[in-house]
Amino acid sequence: MKILNASGCLDALTAPEVARALDVFVTKTVTPLPREGNGPPRISEVEHGMLNSIGLANPGIDAFLAETLPRLGELGVPIWVSVGGFAVSDYADLCDRLDDRPEVAAIELNVSCPNVDDVPAGVGEIVAAAHAATRKPLYTKLSPATADIAQVALAAQRAGTNGLSLVNTILGLALDERTLKPRLSRAAGGLSGPTLKPIALAAVYACYAATGLPIVGMGGIQSGHDALEFLAAGAASVALGTVLFSDPAAPGRVRAELANEIAARGVDGADNAIGLAHAEPTAVSEATARAAAMSG
Amino acid sequence: MRRERVKLAGAEQVGPYTLLRIGRGALDPGVPGQFFMLEAPGRPLPRPMSVCLAPPGELAFLIDPIGPGTRALCGLEPGDEIELLGPLGNGFRLDVGRPLLVGGGIGIAPLPFLSEALGGPPAVLGFRSDWHAEAASLVPNAEVVIEPTYVTEAMQSGHEVLACGPEPMLTAVARVEPGAQLAWEAPMACGYGACYGCAVEIGGELKRLCVAGPVLEAEAVAA
Repeated sequence: MKILNASGCLDALTAPEVARALDVFVTKTVTPLPREGNGPPRISEVEHGMLNSIGLANPGIDAFLAETLPRLGELGVPIWVSVGGFAVSDYADLCDRLDDRPEVAAIELNVSCPNVDDVPAGVGEIVAAAHAATRKPLYTKLSPATADIAQVALAAQRAGTNGLSLVNTILGLALDERTLKPRLSRAAGGLSGPTLKPIALAAVYACYAATGLPIVGMGGIQSGHDALEFLAAGAASVALGTVLFSDPAAPGRVRAELANEIAARGVDGADNAIGLAHAEPTAVSEATARAAAMSG
Repeated sequence: MRRERVKLAGAEQVGPYTLLRIGRGALDPGVPGQFFMLEAPGRPLPRPMSVCLAPPGELAFLIDPIGPGTRALCGLEPGDEIELLGPLGNGFRLDVGRPLLVGGGIGIAPLPFLSEALGGPPAVLGFRSDWHAEAASLVPNAEVVIEPTYVTEAMQSGHEVLACGPEPMLTAVARVEPGAQLAWEAPMACGYGACYGCAVEIGGELKRLCVAGPVLEAEAVAA
């Protein structure tokens, strides 16, 4: 069980002490060309969460490889690079460029950013192209905005993904109290924070049952108990996103809270909590439940 | 940057604003123009606030209750605890010859601390009404103008200007004083460079205000 950051929720070069508290640092999504991102305003708080429409602001793969990655490599934390593109060949090229870089422990395929206009092709096609271009482990990051996420996860699995990152944000809209106009310059933005948690848990639960792949669960994790729920739903690791904005000490705190939760339940280590929500009730607990019902 | 759970020492009404006085703990107040992220009780995100005053053992923040977060902060009572993260960002350069402080509305928030650091230089403060102008009592040697009079009409030349206020005011100040230092504002989720939410156009590029600012040289921002 590892604790990661959700891509785009931490800059390890401006806050290295936060990145070092993680087991893995995941970069902001890198695209083939530099992107300035969307115009302001591009964040807005909503009840129990926030919207963002940053728009994949990043220096592009050339500057990333030349300037950012060597500095990230000095942090002493395993690095996963998130990549995003606008065509299947973009993903293949990006993975190819990262393939021989020793700083890169794994690649996350962002096939689900809600804040760009160009929708990439089918997930299976992207994963297959990426898989052919690199020997690095691939984690495919899916959107919860789909009718049957387990089918998408199975397509990614068939195409060779090594794991899943679940979930990306889902589009939401917030209006200005006074003017009733959208608060973000692009109108809608990606919804994250505690309000996303049940949606993310449902995705983890379904994809674990369908694929058995290692899953990095994320979406509104604020506490060790939240992390435990993701493990129980089937995540092998968890990532912290929006919580990092209000609490840069969240990695250490969540780790300690999770250890306490697990110990208090008599579970032997976090890895033994994975998938607990799926376990069939045992004969003993059924008998206990029957006895309890009869004694009531 | 340091994060601490701190206790509200007191709250005072200053016109429509609230001056929150918070026990400082081991937090460094930083330099004028720097800011802290204040936990807004019951809200998902903290709020960026520049230091208004830093008396011994305390930090004071001037807050305009205009939204759910600032209203929650103004509703705090002495003894209540919140998380504080900071100091963050880049403050004002204090190596100035003949300083003139210029502020507008709630933008006067960092000026009391700045005035203290510069030995009480002259100030020009603009407000929407006499009620809002009660906040001018926090800044020594201040000339007050009320709309429709603007601060740029009362500014005298021959000074190095340090300003904070609404965007149209800062743009107007930059036009008459291209060498001014301006403290800008943007919505921020984190305050320490993680969220990329506070992008502003600086020198023709979108940059994170929390890392590049919030105090910027006027030339850097002029389009």
